[in-house]
Amino acid sequence: MLARLASKRLLEIRQAFHQSPQTVRSLSTALNYHIDTPDNNSKAPWEFNEANKPKVSEILSHYPSNYKQSAVIPLLDLAQQQHGGWLPVSAMDAVAKVVEVAPIRVYEVATFYSMFNRQKVGKYHLLVCGTTPCMIRGSRDIEDALLNHLGVKRNEVTKDGLFSVGEMECMGCCVNAPMITVADYSNGSEGYTYNYYEDVTPKRVVEIVEALKRGEKPPRGTQNPDRINCGPAGGNTTLLGEPKPPPCRDLDAC
Amino acid sequence: MGLGSLASRALRSSSSSRVLSTNPRYNLIRTIVSTPELHKPEAAAESASEPDLPKRTPVAGARVHFPNPDDVIEVFVDGYPVKIPKGMTVLQACSVAGVDIPRFCYHDRLSIAGNCRMCLVEVEKSPKPVASCAMPALPGMKIKTDTPIAKKAREGVMEFLLMNHPLDCPICDQGGECDLQDQSMAFGSDRGRFTETKRSVVDKNLGPLVKTVMTRCIQCTRCVRFASEIAGVQDLGMLGRGSGEEIGTYVEKLMTSELSGNVIDICPVGALTSKPFAFKARNWELKGTETIDVTDAVGSNIRIDSRGPEVMRIVPRLNEDINEEWISDKTRFCYDGLKRQRLSDPMIRGADGHFKPVSWRDALAVVAEVVHQVKPEEIVGVAGKLSDAESMISLKDFLNRMGSNNIWCEGNEKNQDADLRSSYLMNTTISGLEKADCFLLIGTQPRVEAAMVNARIRKTVRATHAKVGYIGPPTDFNYAHDHLGTTPETLTAIAAGTHPFSATLAAAKNPAIIVGAGVFSRKDNSAIFSLLNSLPSKFKNLITPEWNGLNTLLLNAAQAAALDLGLVPQSDSLDSAKFVYLMGADDTNLDTLPKDAFVVYQGHHGDKGVYRANVIFPSTVFSEKEGTYENTEGCVQQTVPAVPTVGDAREDWKIIRALSEVCGVRLPYDSIGGVRSRIRNVAPNLLRVDEREAAVFSGLFGGGGGKVSAVPFGVTVENFYMTDAITRASKIMAQCSALLTKK
Ligand code: SF4
Ligand code: FES
Ligand code: FES
Repeated sequence: MLARLASKRLLEIRQAFHQSPQTVRSLSTALNYHIDTPDNNSKAPWEFNEANKPKVSEILSHYPSNYKQSAVIPLLDLAQQQHGGWLPVSAMDAVAKVVEVAPIRVYEVATFYSMFNRQKVGKYHLLVCGTTPCMIRGSRDIEDALLNHLGVKRNEVTKDGLFSVGEMECMGCCVNAPMITVADYSNGSEGYTYNYYEDVTPKRVVEIVEALKRGEKPPRGTQNPDRINCGPAGGNTTLLGEPKPPPCRDLDAC
Repeated sequence: MGLGSLASRALRSSSSSRVLSTNPRYNLIRTIVSTPELHKPEAAAESASEPDLPKRTPVAGARVHFPNPDDVIEVFVDGYPVKIPKGMTVLQACSVAGVDIPRFCYHDRLSIAGNCRMCLVEVEKSPKPVASCAMPALPGMKIKTDTPIAKKAREGVMEFLLMNHPLDCPICDQGGECDLQDQSMAFGSDRGRFTETKRSVVDKNLGPLVKTVMTRCIQCTRCVRFASEIAGVQDLGMLGRGSGEEIGTYVEKLMTSELSGNVIDICPVGALTSKPFAFKARNWELKGTETIDVTDAVGSNIRIDSRGPEVMRIVPRLNEDINEEWISDKTRFCYDGLKRQRLSDPMIRGADGHFKPVSWRDALAVVAEVVHQVKPEEIVGVAGKLSDAESMISLKDFLNRMGSNNIWCEGNEKNQDADLRSSYLMNTTISGLEKADCFLLIGTQPRVEAAMVNARIRKTVRATHAKVGYIGPPTDFNYAHDHLGTTPETLTAIAAGTHPFSATLAAAKNPAIIVGAGVFSRKDNSAIFSLLNSLPSKFKNLITPEWNGLNTLLLNAAQAAALDLGLVPQSDSLDSAKFVYLMGADDTNLDTLPKDAFVVYQGHHGDKGVYRANVIFPSTVFSEKEGTYENTEGCVQQTVPAVPTVGDAREDWKIIRALSEVCGVRLPYDSIGGVRSRIRNVAPNLLRVDEREAAVFSGLFGGGGGKVSAVPFGVTVENFYMTDAITRASKIMAQCSALLTKK
């Protein structure tokens, strides 16, 4: 009894300190190995559809015929768009067949790039940037807000199949950190878009999600009304007039 | 002044003494000691100006081979000039100069990856340390391997490597022979600065041979490169990225390669270890015995590691001409078969059909009595697959003295020509296959018959895109090949020039034809041999003064020596035999043997031969005896006893020598030296150990003509993992055949 009390107290103390309860390191990509599920297994047949076949040959034509494997990334991308935003293992096998390499060589590429989703994603795949600048500006809170609002875990799809949340590394938008990206598969591979929402707040992301749910397309880019594109919030703070020349420009005066 | 700097002083002052400095490890020793004062630039300058440098010996006897004398460049390693051919890397130049550069990812026989960064050295005029394994040496380059910068760089790399490496050396099977452990002694710190959670990785199931503890992996990718380059199985890959990077197969898959065990050796850490050897012994408790393998006709060089009377594991030994530094899984993992189902006492089958252990004296007396009651032509002797030359010559001498010459070795046939060595040897030699630019494989599946020969062919095909034609039943290859046909008629067409492959063969500069030993047992073997005989006249490049491309690939370790010793039967039928002496022969079909025939089985395992035996003489296996073997290319090698024999077992030749005395036809030798002098009279080449005696005549197969039949070539080795008494007794091999053979 006493021991249990003591251990409970210890737990409380530990929680109070709230140092780093994270025991598992969060990785931006999903598992690096495949687990058979009914909708993702190597037995399921997968092929590029008729609409995409010409695109496949178009992509292949960019590379010399003895370097077919160079086409693996564009082909994986195409396969991902065709399959509603994610790559089942049989799609990777199909790509391996097209570029004539062993499947493992395609798996290596697909696991390397976190933009290839190897698990089912929602129609709107929300990617939270987790790299340092965004993290400092609160990306963990953004992710928590999204996960709480949608009631899912990371890389899990909502019941209605509309949303999923993932993590991405720096997307080059650090000026307007924190930011999220919405990969929009709602219109198939034709109408596929990839939108950045910058300067988001936990409140704003929830609003964006709700708008998307209603079928609206909230304006992309910075969500801070004070900011124009990636300019400073509240208007320019420097370079307001003609810049002064360097003191020694007038060589004769020296 | 700290202890470290004292020690380094002492070491540095002795650097001019020649006694110490001839030792190539000397550089390593010095870098172990932490020398804070060396981090100052003055100290570096001081050590750079060391006077008259001692001559150094290349690391591990590294050989320098200059393909083109014009392409020689000179570089300076720690001030010592070395001449190397163009195209060598900085790391290779250093090893020629006798400096061993620490490394994890670099391996001589694999492509260069350059991803561990442990091999950093300083190069003069280069702004930062360079990864020596990936940097080509340029003329006049001044390489410095033991400067403070190089040392600091390596220490940094080591700290990063250890960041995510578990501290489980005490329970790791690699402990004591781990590159990471060794090098962290030289470049590691005594504590880490990493306070985050360590990475952990899910272990993978690679099958019954390779155990994985993936958290220990340092991502050197040696195993990935080995699997795709040498073994030819595209299963392993590097998945994920950053700190989530891991080795795996993505979709769960066993490693179905006959060479998979080699990843255990090349993995520099304990991520891939031997599953059967797991937690069995520590490597420093083991006694190594350098010997050879007898489970196939290649004669791979191995080291048997034993503890007391038990063989604990088998690892490869370097032999550039035979197995390079790989061995097949059968060679490596058959060792548990050495301990199971062993015959330990002489036994006689009683009237009730059960065996009774008896003394040697009684057993020999019974056999002597029986052998005198049969007619000489009713006596037959069969030497098994694993017999050594000494026992075969004794058996032959013994049976000859009893008046019979019906003695042969399993795998060889009656009308085989034992007079022409070229007709049963691999004349091109195993390493010579690398020069071939066109292969024709006839009735042979090298991948299962001789995995190391197959690895050579694959190496050649990968390097030069040599064409491979294959005649035989459909089978697995791990390189590109043309399946030309299944019957000898395809060969007739090639010989006649009507087959498209004839043109390829004729155009080849160094064509190599490899005939499987399975062809020996065909009815139309003489027809096939005369067909082969006609090939050199049609394809001029097949046999030239520099090249002999007509090869036979034997199946068993005993075959070549048996033919050298003239173990060719007058008749090889057992129909009328009354007394059969099986010397380890388990794969001889005894169905036609008359019911009343008396069978003596002399062997080490209670295998197939025992079922029909009347008397059993227990003998020794290759790990317990000294024996001479000749491999398929004619290279003679000897086994060395690693462990004591089991029970009352005796060496084969001794048993026969004792029996001959009891029978009243005493053989004139009492020692292994005596047997060998007898061998000198019959086949002197068998005494030139570790040498390959080339056949005197080239390209003459025996064979009396006739017409080839339309019967397709058969599969000679049904199950790679179980081919002889030892492997059939092995549990590991049984697991492998259950899990890994293609159904
Ligand atoms: S498992 Fe071993 S050989 Fe393979 S990458 Fe890891 S450390 Fe290297
Ligand atoms: S860190 Fe988030 S976009 Fe660069
Ligand atoms: S050995 Fe040079 S980078 Fe690994």
